[in-house]
Amino acid sequence: MSDRLTIAVPRGALFAGTLDLLDTLGIDTAEVRSNDRRLLFADVGIVTMRPSDVPTYVEHGSADVGITGKDVLLEQSHRRVYELLDLGYGQCEMVVAAPGRGDPIGDALRRLGRVRIATKYPRVAAEHFAATGRQAEIVEVKGSVELAPLTGLVDGIVDLTATGKTLAENNLRVVETISACTARLIANPVAHKLRAGEIDAIVEKVRG
Amino acid sequence: MTGKNRSVAGTPATSRTAIPPGTRDVLPEEMRELRAIGGRMRAAFEDAGYGEVHTPALEYEEVLLRGDERAAGARYRSFDEQGAVLALRSDMTIPIARVVATRYAGVDPPLRFSYLAHAWRATDRGVGEPREFLQAGIELIGVPGAEGEAEVVALTVEALNAAGLKRHRVGVGDGQLYRSLLSSFGVSAEAHMPLLETLSRRDLVGLEAQVSQLGLDDAKRELLVRLPELRGGRDVLDRAEELPGGGAAGAALEGLRGLHDLLSQRAVADRVIYDLGMVRELGYYTGAVFEVYDPAVGFTLGGGGRYDELIGRFGRDLAACGLALDVQRVHLAQAAEEALGAEEPA
Repeated sequence: MSDRLTIAVPRGALFAGTLDLLDTLGIDTAEVRSNDRRLLFADVGIVTMRPSDVPTYVEHGSADVGITGKDVLLEQSHRRVYELLDLGYGQCEMVVAAPGRGDPIGDALRRLGRVRIATKYPRVAAEHFAATGRQAEIVEVKGSVELAPLTGLVDGIVDLTATGKTLAENNLRVVETISACTARLIANPVAHKLRAGEIDAIVEKVRG
Repeated sequence: MTGKNRSVAGTPATSRTAIPPGTRDVLPEEMRELRAIGGRMRAAFEDAGYGEVHTPALEYEEVLLRGDERAAGARYRSFDEQGAVLALRSDMTIPIARVVATRYAGVDPPLRFSYLAHAWRATDRGVGEPREFLQAGIELIGVPGAEGEAEVVALTVEALNAAGLKRHRVGVGDGQLYRSLLSSFGVSAEAHMPLLETLSRRDLVGLEAQVSQLGLDDAKRELLVRLPELRGGRDVLDRAEELPGGGAAGAALEGLRGLHDLLSQRAVADRVIYDLGMVRELGYYTGAVFEVYDPAVGFTLGGGGRYDELIGRFGRDLAACGLALDVQRVHLAQAAEEALGAEEPA
């Protein structure tokens, strides 16, 4: 157990931006950058993990603070973590997308009374359709969501998109935007009190 | 065989042998430790003049609703043979308020009570979240203001010392501060709830966005965004006052300064973290609010606050404050403390 503040760092799309941010905070990321497989870097207080695990580690206090996407926080809104800062990078959008040129989602709702939606974000999708007064059958998938409407599994998808390129390549287009998402700094509620000085130093440095 | 019993991995639980999510069986080894910790806290409470009480696990729901419009979250309900709705209590504070107003109707305050009892709360969160938990707590009735709060905070620190914790801290805030700022800035009452809800989750990004939509001038907006970020020692009370528009929080800050002086006299001021963004979820708090932390546990160990109107709802107008600790979480912290002590012998 080190006395250093432990930071949960997301691997994947936010990894590079997060390491750059940590550099500006004066945290040495050289070892993290040169080491693809190691997960724990105790001497600099960094633990790396998939973005969707960051709220879990932070909620339980295994990491004092962490960085993850707003998409993850929306999906895991039940986690007791404090959202301290919008870090600005990792911009993308949570969208509803549908195949082809017609209106498969509207058609399904009109004729069948409900629409089938594939997603990796079942809570976000369910809440969005409920909030807009439409009945949706949410199909949770783990891999490439774009495949689901192409094979007839669903009428549309809810997914995160940065450039829209993958969607376009799979003949999908954005029909609704649910929310804009960026990287966020989150903190464990207890660490937020007990390590206020160190956490505030990070917040102030990022704010500049 | 030594006294150490070991559970045996046997037949997997089926629907015929399962227990409800959020509940658990406690086996002898853990039970001994829980009893020891609970016993030490109970003794600390008794020594301070807080006599232990016990009340029924089941109450009429109507009675709990009288204490709090959401019955403090009591959601496990049943019917008795007359058709009255019964509810499992979700805390001990409402039942003790009832006891004070009825069984102690003619007794002069102050009154001091402690308890070591289970409470039940349903949760919308994952299956891992406990729904039945053992609380050790105190209620101090008839000692208004900082005087009462200082006594409760000091005794909490002491009880946790007795339980074997060393690094625990008590967070102290003013549950009315943000609400009263909003009112004094002319923010409509309907707008309060969503803001307070965002604040209670400490979604500071969301809070800033919501506050900026209120159409307030810069100083007020700045205060509503920056104030909840302030937490730490006594100096945060001064820093709050120095914020643009910080004068609006003056009365609350003065109250916390007064509390700080009393905590200093009781030699526990260094165990306290002032937190100007703290809002507790329960509806009956009217002033100071408390949370308890230990670095070994990522969750709060407990919480409480001042509830000057609760007992009045049962017919006796008395100021009161109290605090409850989750014994199982205290156990987690104590075990971590023990492990740390073994790691580095003094």
